[in-house]
Amino acid sequence: MSIVKEGLMYSESHEWVRMDGDVAIIGVSDFAQSEMGDITYVDMPDEGDAIEQGEDFGALESVKASSELYAPVSGTVIACNTELEDAPELINKDPYAAWIIKVQVSDKAQLAALMSAAAYAQKVGA
Amino acid sequence: METLKLTPLHEAHLALGAKMSPFAGFDMPISYSGIVDEHNAVRNAAGVFDVSHMGEVEISGPAAEAFVNHIFTNEVRGMQPGAILYGMMLYPDGGVVDDLLVYRLFSEAPAFLLVINASNIEKDYDWMRAQAEGYDVSLRNRSEQWGQIALQGPDSEKILAEVLGIKEGEPLRFYTFVQTTWRGDPLILSRTGYTGEDGFELYSTPASTRLLWKTLIDAGVKPCGLGCRDTLRFEAGMPLYGHELSEEISPVTAGLSMFCKLDKDEFIGKEALVAQKENGPARRLVGIALEENAVPRAGYPVELEDGTPVGVVTTGYHSLTLDKSLCFALVDSAYAALDTPLWIHIRRHSFRGSVVRKNFYKTNYKK
Repeated sequence: MSIVKEGLMYSESHEWVRMDGDVAIIGVSDFAQSEMGDITYVDMPDEGDAIEQGEDFGALESVKASSELYAPVSGTVIACNTELEDAPELINKDPYAAWIIKVQVSDKAQLAALMSAAAYAQKVGA
Repeated sequence: METLKLTPLHEAHLALGAKMSPFAGFDMPISYSGIVDEHNAVRNAAGVFDVSHMGEVEISGPAAEAFVNHIFTNEVRGMQPGAILYGMMLYPDGGVVDDLLVYRLFSEAPAFLLVINASNIEKDYDWMRAQAEGYDVSLRNRSEQWGQIALQGPDSEKILAEVLGIKEGEPLRFYTFVQTTWRGDPLILSRTGYTGEDGFELYSTPASTRLLWKTLIDAGVKPCGLGCRDTLRFEAGMPLYGHELSEEISPVTAGLSMFCKLDKDEFIGKEALVAQKENGPARRLVGIALEENAVPRAGYPVELEDGTPVGVVTTGYHSLTLDKSLCFALVDSAYAALDTPLWIHIRRHSFRGSVVRKNFYKTNYKK
């Protein structure tokens, strides 16, 4: 049974978002990491890159497969979690602590497209 | 949707909570405890795989030896009972029907067991029968009658003796086998595998396969799925049909000419291979090591620094044993020399690497 953390917003493609003012902190859900298995590499954008809601901004690599990361909101990447470069397994250990990127959000109205924890829990059967 | 075939161990996999997936028409276990854990168990201790999906064809009759030599690239003439050879069946143009093992059975007149890939069983059997015209041989597809498990890893010999009570393993050399019995049922015990480690493959009846499996699992031997079977064979530099060998990828292209005896009088595909060797193949299979940890996957383009495409990745992983991103790739022969710098296009970026030997991992066989 995967964990869905309260207080976060979720995308259809299993990213989570936590808002801190105008900054979206983005990671992947427990469901996503357990489906992937052991994560061996995180392909992250560069700071300053513009990302578009629904477009891929990077990928997670497990032993067997790669899985694209899709931007839950549009904006500019202001930070990448460089800890994941040497320790991608942190996403497996605690997917809600292991954020991947921080984004200066360009249009907060886009957040309306995301799911609440309750709605996401229903989607993944948690 | 076509119904998936089940191996004799299907229920056992479900009971162990395996992650299951369709493979070659079978519902097969991909992993149990996780690919990394299973991979490391085989490299450091031992693991057991269900490989009952593999196909087995028995060939006997007065012309058995001549027939197998006609369809197989390696030299079977003079093979002694208990000997095993790796090689391929080819089309006349040098494309590969399948890669396989040939076992010379313990029979007075030469008889053989051909072990073929699960995905190719029907295609191979049809091909063999079509070639058999004019040969006094009998062909039997035994794929349903033989179950098969692979016990792999440095502790295999010890486990075979202590857990299964099979004493015939210790004296067996790599790529040889014995026909014996285990608790009353016939057993082919073969010192072979697809992992780069020492190990055994055990062919037995479906009922006996279930009992062998249960005995090993109950004794704490780690069940391993097809996920780590692929990471292990990849590190050891072994081809997988459909990726490194195919109707379009000949053994010369794949660098497997050592298993094709061009000094044999004839075999199907020989002339095409001779021509390829003389002219040099247009493409070659190479190993590529990347400088960064991005993971090359089958189908990703191989490029020069300026983006000119020169090939394609056939299998790639971040190697678990070597902690390095590695792949096999088919590249234009001009770029196949060792140390040639090549770039692999992974999503939005190109990652630099260089050509290395394909046997990434040093194998540990019992000679």
